[in-house]
Amino acid sequence: MAQRQKLLVLYAHSPDLNSRVVSWSEYDGTSTEKHTSGDSDAPPYDSVVAAMREGWRVIQFPQQLPSYPGMEYNTAYLKYEYILEKLEELDA
Amino acid sequence: MPEPPDPADHLLDSLQMARFAADGFLRFDELVPRELNEAAYEQMVANEVERPPAGTPLSSMWADTPLGEVFRLPAIQGIKNSLVGTDPLYDHHAVHTVGANHLQGQAWHADAIIDIRQHFDIQFFYFSHDTPREMGGTMILPGSHFRRISESDIGRYQNFRGQLPMVCKAGTVMVAHHGIWHCAQPNRTDQRRYMFKLRLNPTARQLRLWNTEDLGDPKISGILGTNHEWYGNESRLEVVNRIKFWRFLTGDEDFDVGYWLSRLENEPDTPQQQAA
Repeated sequence: MAQRQKLLVLYAHSPDLNSRVVSWSEYDGTSTEKHTSGDSDAPPYDSVVAAMREGWRVIQFPQQLPSYPGMEYNTAYLKYEYILEKLEELDA
Repeated sequence: MPEPPDPADHLLDSLQMARFAADGFLRFDELVPRELNEAAYEQMVANEVERPPAGTPLSSMWADTPLGEVFRLPAIQGIKNSLVGTDPLYDHHAVHTVGANHLQGQAWHADAIIDIRQHFDIQFFYFSHDTPREMGGTMILPGSHFRRISESDIGRYQNFRGQLPMVCKAGTVMVAHHGIWHCAQPNRTDQRRYMFKLRLNPTARQLRLWNTEDLGDPKISGILGTNHEWYGNESRLEVVNRIKFWRFLTGDEDFDVGYWLSRLENEPDTPQQQAA
């Protein structure tokens, strides 16, 4: 049996895995379904922990680093990015 | 004969400017008259929009054309004058289209590259025909304009709390800070979608260019403190960015929202007086 991977990327309000999801993306390697920008108005789970309870495995934690000097008030990317996966068995 | 309309009558007010500072855009529904929308649409379909060199004064362009007429409307002149002054330069334009039954959304992006200026360009987004949700339109992310990213660096993101599709009637115009995050949305209809984008550069210091009669309105602080849900824990940092921007726009170096910057700027050097 071959395995294929689904990725769920959740961006949390804070480093707390129970905190509210504020942004989300899905990448599905198990089918031809292609998620795209703006394709849902509400996240699939309210928190990272809620996704874990549905069988999603966390495979990346965001590192926390102090701001570079002089850039303490700059903003850019969403800081609290958690990448989760599900593996699905496919018929070879 | 009646007096011709005066763009000065259409300047933005301070509450609108505060919304621009907080959200990165302003929206004006059904601003352009129907006949002009139809003519502008035909001009785009015919691909007859002159493309002058970047840096051309806007005032010298597009004489006797429908799109030129759109941007000479007193209401649009008032918006432009409030944000980039009376004599901005043309940066570029684009006739953005999404084909019928195109089901893929564009990756989130900001235009151009990392831009750390307080001085800012504006981009007009003009929708000449009705744009229902099944047709798109352009999706924007309110409050994203101060984020320091380069073009499609943000392409991994797909959805945010508070994302806003421009669903609108013909004649609607949005004006945005150059840093706003946006993406074209799928078009599930049988008709090609059009949107006209125009970027302008200021040539004058962007200092109190709008109608400032209401500059003391206490609602301004509340608007500048808006918390867009997708910020998460960084909401207060965005308020600091807005305070700095508002100081730039107004010249009031003591302006604050709450006590956020005043606290950080409190670094006393005066020795304490000793009791006699």
